[in-house]
Amino acid sequence: MPRFSVVAIRLALLYFLLGISVGALLLVNKAVLLHPVLWALLPLHIEFLLIGWIVQLVFAVAYWIFPRYLNEPKRGRPALAWAALICLNASLLMLAIPALAGWGLLARGLQAVAALLLAASLWGRARPTLTGVARAAQQTPSQKE
Amino acid sequence: MPLVTRAFIKASLLYLVLALGLGVFQAAQSWLGLGLAGLSAVYFHLFLVGWVTQMIMGVGHWFFPKYSQQLPRGNEALAWACFWLLNIGLALRAIVEPALSAQAAPLLSGLLVASAVMQWLAGLLFVYNAWPRIKER
Repeated sequence: MPRFSVVAIRLALLYFLLGISVGALLLVNKAVLLHPVLWALLPLHIEFLLIGWIVQLVFAVAYWIFPRYLNEPKRGRPALAWAALICLNASLLMLAIPALAGWGLLARGLQAVAALLLAASLWGRARPTLTGVARAAQQTPSQKE
Repeated sequence: MPLVTRAFIKASLLYLVLALGLGVFQAAQSWLGLGLAGLSAVYFHLFLVGWVTQMIMGVGHWFFPKYSQQLPRGNEALAWACFWLLNIGLALRAIVEPALSAQAAPLLSGLLVASAVMQWLAGLLFVYNAWPRIKER
């Protein structure tokens, strides 16, 4: 598993823990009203689990297992993937930290940029896996030696 | 494919059917003259916890890099505990949440709290088992 996927999957697991903790608190609040203000955490519960957990995990696993290019960098330009990861997590932090509550538009913008970078990073790798013969045919003469 | 993965995947497929079936029921409620509340939250959680997250847990348990030669998939007993806690907790929620919307009762409130705790523990066990397997080699 490449280092990028290790970091992204671990971040996804952390968001999963945060998301289910908020979710459990909300469900308990539904059963036994702890405090009405807790309902304000619902958007955060959704954001952590849909973007932080599912989107981030899918991206990390796709980066790991999609067919690789024959030439370096075999998983495409790592800078694209890292930039997507940074934008995604920066947006989640902006949405999570109350002091940054007024930064919602920037957070959404960062998420949209992350989506573009993510798509650009994976686009070329969504292709048929090369068999041995096709792989040999695509190799440059120096690779065949 | 390990047995616990098969259990996760088959349960997740059942939850997909249940979630989409509940979607049909919700759409038909006004047509049938029914007005059961609290179903939207159940629908989303059957879909996103029962189907999506449970599928991820099952495939992750099978697919992530080996923990060690002796225990390639980490602690199997913890994976089973995660499976049962998640499924009992989610099923309990699916039954109790609409019932509590219809009628407040201390027993139902207690069961909903138990459902929240079980699902949270399931998530905790999954992360505990998966974390050391997320590595470069």
